[in-house]
Amino acid sequence: MAFNYDEYLRTNKMPTLWCWGCGDGVILKAFIRAIDKLGIKKDDLAVVSGIGCSGRFGSYIDANTVHTTHGRTVAYATGIKMVHPDKTVVCVAGDGDALAIGGNHTIHGCRRNIDITLIVINNFIYGLTNSQTSPTTPRGFWTVSQKVGNIDPTFDACKLAEAAGASFVAREKVTEPKKLEKVLREAIAHKGFSFVDVLSNCHINMGRKNKMATAMENLDWIDSITMPKKKWDALPEEEKINYLPTGILKQDKDALEYTEAYQMVKDAHQGKRGKITPDDFKKKI
Amino acid sequence: MSDTREVISSGNELAALAAYDSGCLFYGGYPITPSSEVMHAMTDLMPKAGGAAVQMEDEIGGVAAAIGAAMAGVRSMTATSGPGISLKAENLGLAQMAEVPLVVVNVMRGGPSTGLPTRVAQGDVAQAKNPSHGDYKSITLCPGTLAECYTEVVRAFNLADRFMQPVFVLLDETLGHMHAKAIIPTAEKVKSEIKPRKTFDGDPKDYKPYGVGDDEPAILNPMFSGYRYNFTGLHHDADGFPTEEKETCRKLIDRLFRKVDAHRDEIESNEEFMLDDAEILLIGYGSASLAIKEAVVRLRDEGIKAGLFRPITLWPSPEKRLYELGQKFDKVLVVELNQGQYYEEIQRAMARHNIEKLTKTNGRPFSPQDIIDKVKEVF
Repeated sequence: MAFNYDEYLRTNKMPTLWCWGCGDGVILKAFIRAIDKLGIKKDDLAVVSGIGCSGRFGSYIDANTVHTTHGRTVAYATGIKMVHPDKTVVCVAGDGDALAIGGNHTIHGCRRNIDITLIVINNFIYGLTNSQTSPTTPRGFWTVSQKVGNIDPTFDACKLAEAAGASFVAREKVTEPKKLEKVLREAIAHKGFSFVDVLSNCHINMGRKNKMATAMENLDWIDSITMPKKKWDALPEEEKINYLPTGILKQDKDALEYTEAYQMVKDAHQGKRGKITPDDFKKKI
Repeated sequence: MSDTREVISSGNELAALAAYDSGCLFYGGYPITPSSEVMHAMTDLMPKAGGAAVQMEDEIGGVAAAIGAAMAGVRSMTATSGPGISLKAENLGLAQMAEVPLVVVNVMRGGPSTGLPTRVAQGDVAQAKNPSHGDYKSITLCPGTLAECYTEVVRAFNLADRFMQPVFVLLDETLGHMHAKAIIPTAEKVKSEIKPRKTFDGDPKDYKPYGVGDDEPAILNPMFSGYRYNFTGLHHDADGFPTEEKETCRKLIDRLFRKVDAHRDEIESNEEFMLDDAEILLIGYGSASLAIKEAVVRLRDEGIKAGLFRPITLWPSPEKRLYELGQKFDKVLVVELNQGQYYEEIQRAMARHNIEKLTKTNGRPFSPQDIIDKVKEVF
């Protein structure tokens, strides 16, 4: 029997505002399948999104959903998670939302290693606002704010997340919905901050002016710049810069999760334990 | 048994204690002078209460986390000073729009910009009325004594849950750092008077969080309780889902105003000091009122009959009472530690322009003599 997505959707709020062929729908479906397979109840799930096309992601899901201000998803989610450590909290943000205006919260969510999953829908552009340069727009691409070609360097969001301390870091793409579902499942099940960079298409506001005006052309381009981590690892160093590795890039199951660490603070203030010292931590500096 | 207790504390610490006694379970903040002691106390009190206090990565993160916790269903607070409010403003607007109850303590210092971080001012009175863009109705309380740093924060939590919106409490550097004896209600008394936010307990299918009467606040059930809905800063329908439908949009913003305007009597709070037989009306609030009261007593010693009207709720302003007082008194002097931010509101409420003002913006408090001299000069 076909999977029944409707059970997880606010069908009375359909259709979505996303363009035809947009990758956001693929991610929404993969996310719903992941939640279903993990057996997470809708009542126990909070989905927190920011501003942009991705900002509407949560509102279509029949869960506890929050559409926040631009860039602040992880900060809102931190408040929710700190008072409900036993619930599943997932953030959905675009590349501009998570990496530009909200970069600081992304960094510090990773650093605290709080048990939140951040799904970055990375379509390499500010789509909703009509094609401005984002932190992941490749150099030389046309954007409406750099019409002669973008000169701003891109950055690898997964490397940022890893360096900042996220204990789960992965990248997937909408051309591999099964793999995407699996990665999302593992990310949500992981105890700690899970950062998932999901490469998606925006043929309307990114592809159209960059010689990939159809969804298929845009998706082919995404396939052409990615390869599974194993294959990527074997590449000569000079070739690595032109491809983004996909799959799980980091997973540290032993890293101390923030709400668990905070339990020590509660216990100390409630007289159940002594003060917290460097001896309480494996990592000393 | 007595309903009160005697404590020796500071305004900032009393604000935190009031949050704790009011059942607050989350604090999100960022260090900033002269409000940091609120956070220092909350990082002890929240985990003790079984909640959490997180020093976030910036002011925006502080308020965002606090709003997130409030959305989840707990009482929540943030504290900062003027520059922090400027940074938090957009998210305070979201809390107004999505009707999220939150207590926001602003310990005012000299501004604009970095201004005078360690010195006093009342320069954020206008900001408190409209910190964010857009139309909404602010509720702002302004303690004038050490004890009120406690009681007004208690009141702020109850008002936030009653009206489902942020409530601002304007302390200032003088009150925040004042350390002395205060008589405050017992924790038991405060707990017995907590008025939690309304919840809906019918069939989830019938639940419309924003589908309320035209002068009523939203009814927002806690998250994870079987009532799933959407929060958004966009104009939204009865389910909290974004909409641009013109009647829904009009009604929403009208309601944000009406829910406050129709219930001003529940919000307004003033003190009238030696006003009954007075011939000169002094108006002031916050820490400045301490100097004004002393000036009133000294002026009366000299045979000059002055009295003080002190709004404790600054927004919405006590416009009816101000109008009455404006009719009764010829001689009116407004005293405030800014260039006249509330003076303009008093002119509006009294519907007259011949009102004197004494202002100061050099980071120093008023002395009673400043006020006595001004009264003698202008009247």
